[in-house]
Amino acid sequence: MDCRELGKKAGMAGNTRYIVVVGNPNVGKTALFNAMTGLYGDVSNFPGTTVEMCYGRVGRDLVVDTPGVYGISSFNGAEKLVRDLVLTADVIVDVVDAANLERDLFLTLHLIDLGLPVVVALNMSDETARHGLCVDRKSLEKILGVPVVSTAAVKKEGTEALVGELSAARRGHRDPHLAGRLPEMAGELGTSEAMALLLLEGDAAAAGTLDLPPGSEKMLLYNKRRVRANEISGIVYGLNQQEKSFLDKLGQVMIRPATGFPILILIMGLLYLLVGVLFAQVVVNFTQGRLMEGYYEPFIRTILAGYMDLGSPIGVILTGQFGLLTMAITYLLGLLAPLVIGFFLVLSLLEDSGYLPRVAILMDRLLSVVGLNGMAVIPIVLGFGCVTAATITTRLLPTDRERRIAIFLLALAVPCSAQLAFVTAIMSRLGTAFFILYVMIILGVMVAAGMVLARVLPGFSAPLMLNVPQLRLPRPDNVLIKTWMRSWQFLKEAFPVFVGGALILSLLRLTGTLDAIQNSMEPITVGWLNLPRESANAFIMGLIRRDFGTAGILGLPLSAGEQFVAMVSLTLFVPCIASVMIIFKERGWKEGFVIWISVLFLAFLIGGLVSRALWLITGVVGPQAPVLMIGMLILLAAGLAGVAFFSRRV
Amino acid sequence: MTLDRSKRGQVIRIISLPDEMTRAQATRFGIPEGTVVTCREVIPMGPVVITRHRQEIAIGRKLARLIGVEPVSSGEQCAAADSL
Repeated sequence: MDCRELGKKAGMAGNTRYIVVVGNPNVGKTALFNAMTGLYGDVSNFPGTTVEMCYGRVGRDLVVDTPGVYGISSFNGAEKLVRDLVLTADVIVDVVDAANLERDLFLTLHLIDLGLPVVVALNMSDETARHGLCVDRKSLEKILGVPVVSTAAVKKEGTEALVGELSAARRGHRDPHLAGRLPEMAGELGTSEAMALLLLEGDAAAAGTLDLPPGSEKMLLYNKRRVRANEISGIVYGLNQQEKSFLDKLGQVMIRPATGFPILILIMGLLYLLVGVLFAQVVVNFTQGRLMEGYYEPFIRTILAGYMDLGSPIGVILTGQFGLLTMAITYLLGLLAPLVIGFFLVLSLLEDSGYLPRVAILMDRLLSVVGLNGMAVIPIVLGFGCVTAATITTRLLPTDRERRIAIFLLALAVPCSAQLAFVTAIMSRLGTAFFILYVMIILGVMVAAGMVLARVLPGFSAPLMLNVPQLRLPRPDNVLIKTWMRSWQFLKEAFPVFVGGALILSLLRLTGTLDAIQNSMEPITVGWLNLPRESANAFIMGLIRRDFGTAGILGLPLSAGEQFVAMVSLTLFVPCIASVMIIFKERGWKEGFVIWISVLFLAFLIGGLVSRALWLITGVVGPQAPVLMIGMLILLAAGLAGVAFFSRRV
Repeated sequence: MTLDRSKRGQVIRIISLPDEMTRAQATRFGIPEGTVVTCREVIPMGPVVITRHRQEIAIGRKLARLIGVEPVSSGEQCAAADSL
């Protein structure tokens, strides 16, 4: 999408200036965008959060925030997006991290070489001081030939000066060799100088547009640009002798396996205590049990009973088993809201601290087993927040093969925060053994599916090459705002689904259709999964949203084992409608459908197998079955690992 | 030798990168062929982390096996530092 199309979509007039904010990942583009537009966007301390752009208006201007890139070309989906935007922009705000000029100036010089109108925002100048660095802004301005403004976007410093300088944006001092050559070339080809440069650099899309063979000077030009970037940063930096700070040392300890894995387990444990215990039990007992079921629901029923017969169709729709005013609202506000807030709080803390790239380093080796590299940790962890958003984030993965694997695993085995909310609520009733077994089964399915895909899909996975940001103490205000905005967004989307879903269920029940569906699904629910026929409701609703389906389990009188089987099947079940639409959009109809059907099939297949195994083992050892199953799974995993190890040696 | 063989704390120069894509990305990151970097961490079986100035870059083991490096002696280090 280029700026004009975006402008049309945003309903901008003809005299709009298009201002595109670009920069390397994690330099504060989004924070700057927010400060400029007064809008909210996510700010994160890890590469790849902004994979789709956001835009906002400042007066008659349209400001566009973009995903972080290291150069202008089409190495991945995000870069293609940025390339199209900068080529059509009126002003480019290039955000550079004042502490990482050497790296960031490559992109700046790339933009200048392309002949685009640039203003440089020298961001995080406050942190530079902490590193004992100082940047000579005036020399930088002179060397680059474009305005350079110091900013500290998270503190909203310098943004006004930046907005003031926008009209001073200009083409900077190009590589002298290119300065002579590009205008001539552009004239001959009848295209822009920017396109001419991209062609020289072998950009496939530019070559396609111009219908010419791609040029072969990429490395030559890249190397020259790199040398210039290094020289410039050498000139404008003061000296940089610095003590290793505590955070530096912590960052180091976090990636060494001997200390890193215990830290990872410790952090996961703490997060579980926060979400699984504090939010899922203490808070939810209060909000759902006390507030909603204790006060709110009886209150509503008493009031409505004064006006209508609660047994009438309307009464059933409003306050019955799937009541719009009772079940839908209680689940939404009493259960979903506190849990989703808990999950997003954790996710925001993880993102803003810069811990996730360190997890990516730790997990690189393990993820290679399923054909992914460490970078895939980011979409997978995000998936525990929202599978839809995570599916979009897979764009940061370098190859199509990896995106395919990651999207499939997200659809199959990663429950989103809403579903986790219900899973946690149910699991906390079933006990620790079932919880561990649940984690092992879902994880096992994920690993097995990934291994099969890694074997079957053609091609190779790209190796890891990841820029690791500084470890930072998350800013509380940033974390809280982000948590709130994301939770609010999520609940806004969930609200119509819960209300609509409850309405549909009530209607199906009143018309008798529910019975018919339950009967037709009996071979699967009763015959294969050994669940009561009413569980069909949960699966039907699960087609719309897995969490809504999972919520349906809460209302059913099921034994512990039955709840467990339902939980496993529903976790593996197809993701929500929104995710499915994104999968179709990202992968096309054909592949999307194959993914959807495979996930559906696997969910029932594995659910049934678990049900049978649980039934068999319970018959032998009684209620200790989950513990025994955990033991058996550990032995199985150890056995498989052993076989793999020895077969490689032979 | 190759990058995966380097030791923690060792100062090395990157001599060869395996392919065009890696070379382009490395150049953007600021570690093209010829750059002197410090090996910050070698994760057993996992990635190698190198630093240059305040920047840290993690490189997957498979890729590290394909990157040619040479140790830089302490005398050269000073020269390299001076030229920055």
